Amino acid sequence: MEQDSRLYTVTVYTENEVGILNQISIIFTRRNLNIWSLTVSSSALEGVHKFTIACRTTQKNIEAVVHQIEKRIDVLKAFYYTDDEIIYQEVALYKVQTDNILDSPDFEALIRRNSAQVLEINRTYTVIQKTGHCEDTQRLYDELSSYGVLQFVRSGRVAITKSTAERVSRFLEMQEVRERKTMTENA
Amino acid sequence: MTGGEILLRSLLAEGIKTVFGYPGGAIMPVYDKLYDFQDQIRHILVRHEQGAVHAAQGFARVSGQTGVAIVTSGPGATNAITGLADAMLDSTPLVVISGQVGASLLGSDAFQETDVLGMTLPITKWSYQIRRPEDVAWAVARAFYIARTGRPGPVVLDFAKNAQVATAEFNYKPVRFIRSYLPTPDLDDNKLRQAADLINSAKKPFVVYGQGILLSHAERELTTLLDKAGLPAASTLLGLSALDSTNPHYKGMLGMHGNIGPNIKTNECDVLIAVGMRFDDRVTGTVETYARQAKVIHIDIDKAEIGKIIPVEIGIAADAREALTRLIDLVNPARHDAWEAEFDKCNNDELTLVSQKETQPNSGNIRMGEVVSLVARKAQSKAIVVTDVGQNQMMSARYSTFAQTRSLLSSGGLGTMGFGLPAAVGAKVAAPERSVCFFTGDGGLQMTEQELGTIMQEKLGVKIILLNNNWLGNVRQWQELFFGARYSFTRLANPDFMTLAQAYGIKHRRVEKREDLESAVDEMLSDIAEPYLLEVHVEECDNVFPMIPPGKGVTDIMLNEKDWYKA
Repeated sequence: MEQDSRLYTVTVYTENEVGILNQISIIFTRRNLNIWSLTVSSSALEGVHKFTIACRTTQKNIEAVVHQIEKRIDVLKAFYYTDDEIIYQEVALYKVQTDNILDSPDFEALIRRNSAQVLEINRTYTVIQKTGHCEDTQRLYDELSSYGVLQFVRSGRVAITKSTAERVSRFLEMQEVRERKTMTENA
Repeated sequence: MTGGEILLRSLLAEGIKTVFGYPGGAIMPVYDKLYDFQDQIRHILVRHEQGAVHAAQGFARVSGQTGVAIVTSGPGATNAITGLADAMLDSTPLVVISGQVGASLLGSDAFQETDVLGMTLPITKWSYQIRRPEDVAWAVARAFYIARTGRPGPVVLDFAKNAQVATAEFNYKPVRFIRSYLPTPDLDDNKLRQAADLINSAKKPFVVYGQGILLSHAERELTTLLDKAGLPAASTLLGLSALDSTNPHYKGMLGMHGNIGPNIKTNECDVLIAVGMRFDDRVTGTVETYARQAKVIHIDIDKAEIGKIIPVEIGIAADAREALTRLIDLVNPARHDAWEAEFDKCNNDELTLVSQKETQPNSGNIRMGEVVSLVARKAQSKAIVVTDVGQNQMMSARYSTFAQTRSLLSSGGLGTMGFGLPAAVGAKVAAPERSVCFFTGDGGLQMTEQELGTIMQEKLGVKIILLNNNWLGNVRQWQELFFGARYSFTRLANPDFMTLAQAYGIKHRRVEKREDLESAVDEMLSDIAEPYLLEVHVEECDNVFPMIPPGKGVTDIMLNEKDWYKA
């Protein structure tokens, strides 16, 4: 790994077309970049899908990747951010054996300290949820490990920029102007 | 009307009159309709799908229109892959229509089913699967719009058989806008002013240009800019013929086997103005030493190219013609005669140290450069020169001269051996009134030699100049120079090419002696409509020089096996 590499969050806004995930992921593959996490969802704009991709690499690489992603026909816009430019969150689920926590004097304190939630308790297992940054959910995992974690899963990162509007909205407004211009020119 | 007929009517609506193709099971409903459209659409039957795509590329690059190829599913589509990758790297507008199994069979490993979208996504500008007849006209209109606008490229339409057979209304509307696609960025006048300021204050400005000039039809604007601001200019391989070879500002070709002047001066200029080119590694050599002293202005329609390889002072994402038109207004009239003369001095050194030995040898075997320059002279620089890949390609690029634009067809980015013969087919179909001279080697010709059948069937007056050295010459050269002369599997035992030409009914002649060469070239060029194969036995161990060896910089120039250029 090159020395000046760091974790970047790439957001990609796309039309809802088949195969778009493939088109985006092969651009990372070509440069031998490992996608650290990936989340696909709808955005605040109707019909526009949003990919949130976390990837550790250099600034030169991530800039080239974002340009190459944006080149794909069905991609509206792509951006990249460092962690200080966004508010981001992940969710993690943990399953532990109920027997192991039932008589534990520390369990309640552990849950409170980590601001975790208990989603389900039954005779055999208990499911705990925690949202936060990767370090936070990892810390809870480490703390729970003395109880024996049966299953653990962490979601991809979701992120929102610190600016007020979706940056893609401005692009779409400009495109609307262009569309009207094209239509009048050809009318 | 059936989806197949909608396809053909949509092609006609896009102004397509010529397609290259090869039928097969999953595309038969389209071919059945094509039978009724023979008076409106000329279909050239090739001998292999790779040939169909390369021919469509040759057609596109000579005509400036979008090339069209039609192939079947499975092996038909996989055979088209090489051509698609080639067109992607060389920005050639293509629409390739591949048959596909019926939609109900997709994903079931049906006979001749392959995942065409999955395979072509990384090597096309856009690929789309048509599963319903209602989508045909829309998809075709969109395909052509995407292929030809912005930075051009290949598009695949994967046409499921059920959609070819089922019927729908024909309702064709051209596409002129796609929300998620911005083909031509708006001109940024501020940046153009900054660029003009840099050019106006430069002592040693230098223009390097590529195929973007041809693709945006900016030949005249480039000439005007060079004249007005007194700028020397050099071309990439694919930019060749954009400027007349006799233009006094034209200083030659860039890159590994380019001319000494442009390569050396790249590292001496103070402002480097790159237009419609992408700093391929064959142009830059090692980037660590490339133009470090220069302020770089990069004009390219593809934003992703700007800053990708070379850090730039001013990056202008724009159509080359629009940008140059504006720059012409903004630059001051100027001359840089002494600076331009420095290029000429280097190029004169090259002439005496390298080129004359190649083009005018007095003794010994016939040399490749000698054949190329003789053909250029006899064709009065007016021929369309098609090359294959390897030594023949570099010799053709170095020693051909051009009086007309869109006259050099070569596989640049992908370096596809076997590209030449089918590309020459497409070139001749696009421009029957022009002389098409295809230079190839004994290796490259045999990669797609089946297209001699297409030349025979269509009676295409392609002139094939086979520079036969019985080697895979370029690899042999590298083995000699960089692998201790260990000639690992580069020696070819060749067929009798005269018998081969005869089998296809193609007029042919073999030349082994220098004194027979000129009359043979005269005979070859005498009838523009007649196919001809001229086999020339050339010096077996001829090497292409000058050469910037791999890993070296643009000033590290080998003149021959031992000597390096010193200014």
